[in-house]
Amino acid sequence: MDTAIFLIQVLNGIQYGLLLFLVASGLTLIFGIMGIINLAHGSFYMIGAYLAFSLTRLIGDFWLALAAGVVVAVAIGLLLEWLVMRFLYQRDHLYQVLLTYGLILIFEEARSLVWGDDVHGVAVPGALAHSIPLTENLSYQVYRLAMSGICLAIALGMYWLIQKTRLGMTIRAGSVNREMVQSLGINIGLLYRLVFALGVALAALAGMLASPVSSVFPGMGNQVLIISFVVVVIGGIGSVKGALVAALLIGLADTFGKVLVPQIAGMVVYLLMAAILLWRPQGIFGRG
Amino acid sequence: MERQPLALRIVLAAGLVALAAFPFVGEKFYVQFVTKVMIWAIFAVSLDLLVGYTGLVSLGHALSYGLAAYTLMLLTPQYEAAGFWTSLGASLGVAALAALVVGLLVLRTSGIYFIMVTLAFGQMAYYYVHDSDRLGGSDGKYIYVRPALEIAGWKPFDLDQFTHFYYVALALLAGVYFALRVLLASPFGRVIVGIKENEHRMRMLGFATFRYKLVCFVLAGVLAGLAGWLAAAHDGLVNPEMLSWHQSGQLLMMVILGGMGTPSGPILGAAALKVLELLFQSWTKHWQLLLGGFIVLAVLLIPRGLAQLFEWKRRG
Repeated sequence: MDTAIFLIQVLNGIQYGLLLFLVASGLTLIFGIMGIINLAHGSFYMIGAYLAFSLTRLIGDFWLALAAGVVVAVAIGLLLEWLVMRFLYQRDHLYQVLLTYGLILIFEEARSLVWGDDVHGVAVPGALAHSIPLTENLSYQVYRLAMSGICLAIALGMYWLIQKTRLGMTIRAGSVNREMVQSLGINIGLLYRLVFALGVALAALAGMLASPVSSVFPGMGNQVLIISFVVVVIGGIGSVKGALVAALLIGLADTFGKVLVPQIAGMVVYLLMAAILLWRPQGIFGRG
Repeated sequence: MERQPLALRIVLAAGLVALAAFPFVGEKFYVQFVTKVMIWAIFAVSLDLLVGYTGLVSLGHALSYGLAAYTLMLLTPQYEAAGFWTSLGASLGVAALAALVVGLLVLRTSGIYFIMVTLAFGQMAYYYVHDSDRLGGSDGKYIYVRPALEIAGWKPFDLDQFTHFYYVALALLAGVYFALRVLLASPFGRVIVGIKENEHRMRMLGFATFRYKLVCFVLAGVLAGLAGWLAAAHDGLVNPEMLSWHQSGQLLMMVILGGMGTPSGPILGAAALKVLELLFQSWTKHWQLLLGGFIVLAVLLIPRGLAQLFEWKRRG
């Protein structure tokens, strides 16, 4: 493998990993803090991509569409938490799995009713559409680099939010001891609603960012859902730092798996997961 | 054996009689539909042994089911029937072996990690089959001739006739149901229920819980293999979707919806989900919206599953 191809693969791996991190970090926050296994999380990714498709057409500008999409996603998150999720906190994981599976079916059909079953594309925003040449016939698209940059900025923003702000402190405390936080006078219901909406917004944002490079298609959420669960479990459930490390690991493993061992490319990620969990059953950054 | 609530026993007996009589009145489409439901019920019962009784929530149960189905496909010559006993034996053997290997690894984890590792192994098998040209890739392969049973020139039944297939499936479902009830009433069954309640205590009492769980895992794998073999023989095709996590997920829905840890819950769950699916499909092409809504409402309103609806006698 020569250097240019290797570099492209590394960049692709990191870009895919960072995108996975956006989805997985919401998943791990919702699980770690609210104790909810949310199978419908992939649907938010799909909804994000379809929102990007519609809003870009409506508004005409990709970045404004992105901003509007995040607002819509937060609204969906708040509404869903109020309608359904808040009844699940005290229930067994199995029922959470069952109910959120039902939500997947609802979201898939709602998508089919609103947008139909066709595959759509979103144009790469004009300023970033060109590519940087690496050799005579190999080049790398600027938008992909910008995507990685945005994801990285969000990762840093999340680190700041969780480690440095008062809200982050409450979130961390809430994940350790719910009752204690509640008895200290913090409105845990409101905290949960915010965390859930944040998770939905992150997943939808990932879908919106991905829409210009992957196409927008039915079932795109399920693919991402399973791989994000793998990321969450490898990283250690509830750990945002673990999700970042695991997402990059999976992103690179998947990309290089496709190049080096194409015959078993689909299995590579799951082999990695099985190996890591047999070595550290609680994940890399999981609490013992 | 533990006595079941009277209402449930009446429903079960009536159900068995109705099932036995159904092919005499039902159209071919519905007889085949009920056959499929019974195959799903065997599959769901096998998962309930893990989820409901042993407390092992597997999201990769389609693994044994799919591998058994593919085994039948590989053993069926292009234009001839595979032997009934040889193909069934091989399918169950493969299912058992897969469950043994996976079980040895995954049973070291527990809780949500167990769910995810079983999912990982299921996905591995899915992608292996999906990417393998020899196994038909993403399209799968057809099985043109159903397995045939012949004992010295005598054919007790012919699986090509849909009524015969129906009764074979019914007999197997009833057999699995009663075998499991006997098993669960035995000392072995008591131990695995004990493991679900409190594994530490069972270990303190001197039971090698890992071995019990492994036996359960393999047994559930074999029963899933039986369902997989039946499904492949019935539909005449295999495809990677048989191994996908959707299959495992849907199965888990049946078990939870019906009421886990009850002998008849998964059967009720399988029937309820499949009948609703058929009903909603006849109403609208967007039937999943209704099914999804039903599942959401069921979780919020019937917390312990459909079998709960028959429990009024016990409490009354």
